[in-house]
Amino acid sequence: MVYRGPYKVRVEEKDIPKIEHPNDAIVRVTRAAICGSDLHLYHGMMPDTRVGMTFGHEFIGVVHEVGSSVQNLAAGDRVMVPFNIYCGSCYFCARGLYSNCHNVNPNATAVGGIYGYSHTCGGYDGGQSEFVRVPFADVGPGKIPDWMDEEDAVLLTDALPTGYFGAQLGDIVEGDTVVVFGAGPVGLFAAKSAWLMGAGRVIVIDHLEYRLEKARGFAHAETYNFAEYDDIVVHLKKETDYLGADVVIDAVGAEADGNFLQHVTSSKLKLQGGSPIALNWAIDSVRKGGTVSVVGAYGPIFSAVKFGDAMNKGLTLRMNQCPVKRQWPRLFEHIRNGYLKPSDIVTHRIPLEHIAEGYHIFSAKLDNCIKPLVVPTAA
Amino acid sequence: MAQIPAAYIADKPVLKESVEELRARIPGWGADLDPADRPSYPREQPGIETGAHWDFPERQPEKWPRERSVEHAFLPPVFGTSTPPKGVSGAIRKYAYKYSEGRAAHWLLLVAADRVDATEHHVKSLATLRPDNPVTETGVLSEFRRGGLSSRFGQKRADTNHQWIDPIIVAGPWVLAAVGLAAAYKSLRTERTEPDTRSATQTESRL
Repeated sequence: MVYRGPYKVRVEEKDIPKIEHPNDAIVRVTRAAICGSDLHLYHGMMPDTRVGMTFGHEFIGVVHEVGSSVQNLAAGDRVMVPFNIYCGSCYFCARGLYSNCHNVNPNATAVGGIYGYSHTCGGYDGGQSEFVRVPFADVGPGKIPDWMDEEDAVLLTDALPTGYFGAQLGDIVEGDTVVVFGAGPVGLFAAKSAWLMGAGRVIVIDHLEYRLEKARGFAHAETYNFAEYDDIVVHLKKETDYLGADVVIDAVGAEADGNFLQHVTSSKLKLQGGSPIALNWAIDSVRKGGTVSVVGAYGPIFSAVKFGDAMNKGLTLRMNQCPVKRQWPRLFEHIRNGYLKPSDIVTHRIPLEHIAEGYHIFSAKLDNCIKPLVVPTAA
Repeated sequence: MAQIPAAYIADKPVLKESVEELRARIPGWGADLDPADRPSYPREQPGIETGAHWDFPERQPEKWPRERSVEHAFLPPVFGTSTPPKGVSGAIRKYAYKYSEGRAAHWLLLVAADRVDATEHHVKSLATLRPDNPVTETGVLSEFRRGGLSSRFGQKRADTNHQWIDPIIVAGPWVLAAVGLAAAYKSLRTERTEPDTRSATQTESRL
């Protein structure tokens, strides 16, 4: 697929990508996914998103070709590819901060490299395609274990690790009350992961009833539809003995709903890097001395965040793009033990040639869409 | 006097469910209770084997002058090669990279370049055998196939209050361009078909 401007994508023939660095691999994509953060690109919110770019940072596939220095992979290997592009050797990678790699993104120092996520994230084409260039093939991709379901593997490239990471950033201790804003894929996984870390109560907030239903079933959570309340913050205070939650996770990011002015000035008019409604609600509804974890994606432009209240409440604000591969060994264990079944949230499987409709369905929240996968023609 | 629902005391509120009940209800409850079992604890962990067999990676060839943040000391060794900057949008982008990531000008110029880029490509596409098609490229026909009405109406959704703006964002520039072209065409046609009354009047007055 290629981007054609805000709200427009189409399928075009492109040349098969070439090896451009000795540690590159070319991967034939077998399954990809559309991520909620792809919608920020699709809506034209991310600076330096160029017409002609191929999106897609969640994909798995088969190695088609490898560069001369690749040691760990060979043609024919089935691989899952973390959304982070990273060198494995810079100051940040050497400390496990793979999403903050300093060697892969000329366009910005604030963010690492991400497949198909604008030039602000390095200018790499992504995996909503038949073939994709995968830099640092000895570092990022991992072979898909034989026991692993393909759809689980796709969700391990971003959505599940990011949700799990979001719960970790909350530093949850036994019995904590955890509120998750957003019942999309990342929010569902964050809620599910909060239990693994010993939460005593998990509350999920959204405005889409079908997603809240999923949160109750899949993530065993208590749910509230913020559209039913005059002020969701006050309701959460009532629900937490007027103290506030111990931990709040923002799994919404740049296109949060709930305040017309904030949404329109960011998502429509692009005057803010993101609509900070969920983030402001998180700051307001967490208890004093509590922790706000942010895994929702925001653009690099300023946003109207209620920082004064965060300071006055003595909050800990923790956030980052998830270093995916660091999460894998433990998540593999949880999947094998039956604690997590990521593919349970998949609702749509879209052929690549119909990807424009897939984007619209996901963006407009039609047909109870939670997680759409993309199936390339040749897969 | 209104009843106080919960007094402000030192104790942590009592949970609705005991640990035993939670463990019985939630598969895997507490499996990662010990922070040592959490992969990103502590945040920085030196010494993880990454697979890198270099201290500094070999450098990828730079096939065109690659735009880069002025906050980088040099062009990083590996980078994306999708969609090099071209045209007016490319010129704006190259200019934007003169400013650091800390300057609003950098980002606002890039956002402006994105809008120019889309316009350039839409106009160019009109001269090809595959012009941009706003119907197929927006996927809007899924509104009819995937319950556009039933997904929205009768639901307690907060986003229906702004979704009416989306068609204006998508179709607005096309409509404005069409109106502009129609107006220009009408104006040209009028000039060609109407007699030049002003010069005729001037000729009469000279006589």
